[in-house]
Amino acid sequence: MTSYLVFMLTLAGVYALMSLGLVTIWGQGGMVNLGLVGFFAVGAYASALLSQSGVPIGFTLLVGALVAGLVGVALSFVTRPLRGDYLAIVTLGFAEVIRLVATNEKWLTGGSDGLAGIRSPLKPELGAWHPYFYLLLVWAFAGVAALLLTRLLRSPYGRALRAVRDDEQVAAVAGKPVLQLKLKTFFLGSALTGLAGGLYAHLTSYIAPDGFVPLLTIYIFLAATAGGYTRVVGAIVGSVAVVVLLEGTRFIAATVPGLNAVQVASAREFVIAVGLIAIMHLRPEGLFQSVNQSAAAEPASAPGTASAEASAEPVGSTA
Amino acid sequence: MLLELIQLIVNGLVMGAVIALPALGLTLIFSVLGFINFSIAAQMSIGAFAGWLVNTQLHWPLLPVLLVAFVVAGLIGVASDRVALAPMRKRPSSHMALMVAIVSIALNLALENALRFGFGSGLNSFEMPIARDVVIGEIRIGPQQMHNLGIALLVAVLLAAFFTVTRVGKAMRAVADNPDLARLKGIDPAKLSNLATFIGMGLAGIGGALLAIDTSVDPSTGARLLLIIFSASVVGGLTSLGGAVLGALLVGVAAEVSLLAIAPVYQSAVAFVAILAVLLIRPSGLFAGTAGVRK
Repeated sequence: MTSYLVFMLTLAGVYALMSLGLVTIWGQGGMVNLGLVGFFAVGAYASALLSQSGVPIGFTLLVGALVAGLVGVALSFVTRPLRGDYLAIVTLGFAEVIRLVATNEKWLTGGSDGLAGIRSPLKPELGAWHPYFYLLLVWAFAGVAALLLTRLLRSPYGRALRAVRDDEQVAAVAGKPVLQLKLKTFFLGSALTGLAGGLYAHLTSYIAPDGFVPLLTIYIFLAATAGGYTRVVGAIVGSVAVVVLLEGTRFIAATVPGLNAVQVASAREFVIAVGLIAIMHLRPEGLFQSVNQSAAAEPASAPGTASAEASAEPVGSTA
Repeated sequence: MLLELIQLIVNGLVMGAVIALPALGLTLIFSVLGFINFSIAAQMSIGAFAGWLVNTQLHWPLLPVLLVAFVVAGLIGVASDRVALAPMRKRPSSHMALMVAIVSIALNLALENALRFGFGSGLNSFEMPIARDVVIGEIRIGPQQMHNLGIALLVAVLLAAFFTVTRVGKAMRAVADNPDLARLKGIDPAKLSNLATFIGMGLAGIGGALLAIDTSVDPSTGARLLLIIFSASVVGGLTSLGGAVLGALLVGVAAEVSLLAIAPVYQSAVAFVAILAVLLIRPSGLFAGTAGVRK
């Protein structure tokens, strides 16, 4: 039971990193990325393949993040003229294509059998303590990423980014390098997602295309939205909440008699989907509301919700 | 070689004709309601299952089967839209279209899993009479493909008539062309939304049933083709109904002809590349409305 709990908490940390990626790209950058799971897979395969060829794991995680980030930059550069709706379709398609490649390029990815026996850092040395170590490692990554991201989003870069999100033309007129900001943000967000993928691969020691279905993107959207998709803290809290919900439904489903395995699985996915719909209806801004949006952009919100920080931030003053 | 090419083009046109129906549905819903309804994939599977039930349980023939697919998918489409999506659309938010699109993905997942809960994830097939391929010259066409082509054409003609003759149809086209102007003329897009959703999801249902007759009935029948359908809509410009049909035929032919060069497993990837290529040349799609005012 303890090892199960530790595994789940580690998984929550992986989800938290992905949610941070989504908060960066979507919440702060205003760009849609329905292809999260694609970047996750890129990071996972890159890190796993490198470590199988003998590269030290710390380095493979870094390369996995970098590769995912660069793929993100390439995708967002190619799609730069696209509006939100089109970007949604293209990113969704991107994730499907990644899955197709992973399924069919057997020489590289092992095809639908996947890659097994992926090494994990210090596993032989630590033995029974390894799961606890990995739990700390994943949450250390998530914690550091959250701290750095918080600082970054408070910096002139973050302010300019939100200006682009809220009104691209105004930001451009104010002299902000719109395209550059968007590319950097996509890099950052997809690199975080790729890092999560790498950590996941070394956590489970086995990856296969089946693990990279669009459902995972939905989990992360649920996590980020539940917590408040513009907030770093929301991503963390939301990820833990989603893992609790996912695992909770597993226990509830086990108590319902007469269900077969397919029915249990589909009932859980159904609950997740309905949960996301309900949260979007009841509290579309999530548990932790946005604190730095201008009052004018959200006519429904009370004037008090726009913080002093936001009103003290003239868009044009950023470097 | 030439013969092979012609055969692939014929196959592509048949495939395109079937894709055209859900693509038309997607385009219609996007035109009138202003968001991308991802739950179209689940509605295709719903249509396939509804048709399969009356076909295997009551032994109904093809045409009534398709009518059932249309009505059931249309009704469930409207009901789920009312429950899950319509209240979201009323929120004043600059990200409204996107939020609704994300909710529609969740809705898709919910519907697909409801099907899986009820019917399992195994593959089922229709009871349709097996007939021999028709051979013209050296080009082969299966009778099922002929049916599909004929039915897709029939539905397209009926739709064209609906959009050019009836008042409601004209109003829908007006909204698709220019929603602001339509509103000025006294057309309320909100009032058309139920009907647009019904027809759009009904078309997805027919498309799903036709595809399932050709392949198999299972909860992810629609999801497998989602990318190709989006590709057809995007190539067509997302707001042009005629464009959706042309886009579907183009994407269908492109996906089949690409078999000369690449493995069949990458057919969806061709659709993805088609989306990218078209959007890079014309960011609003090949056949987007000439007015160019829709933002």
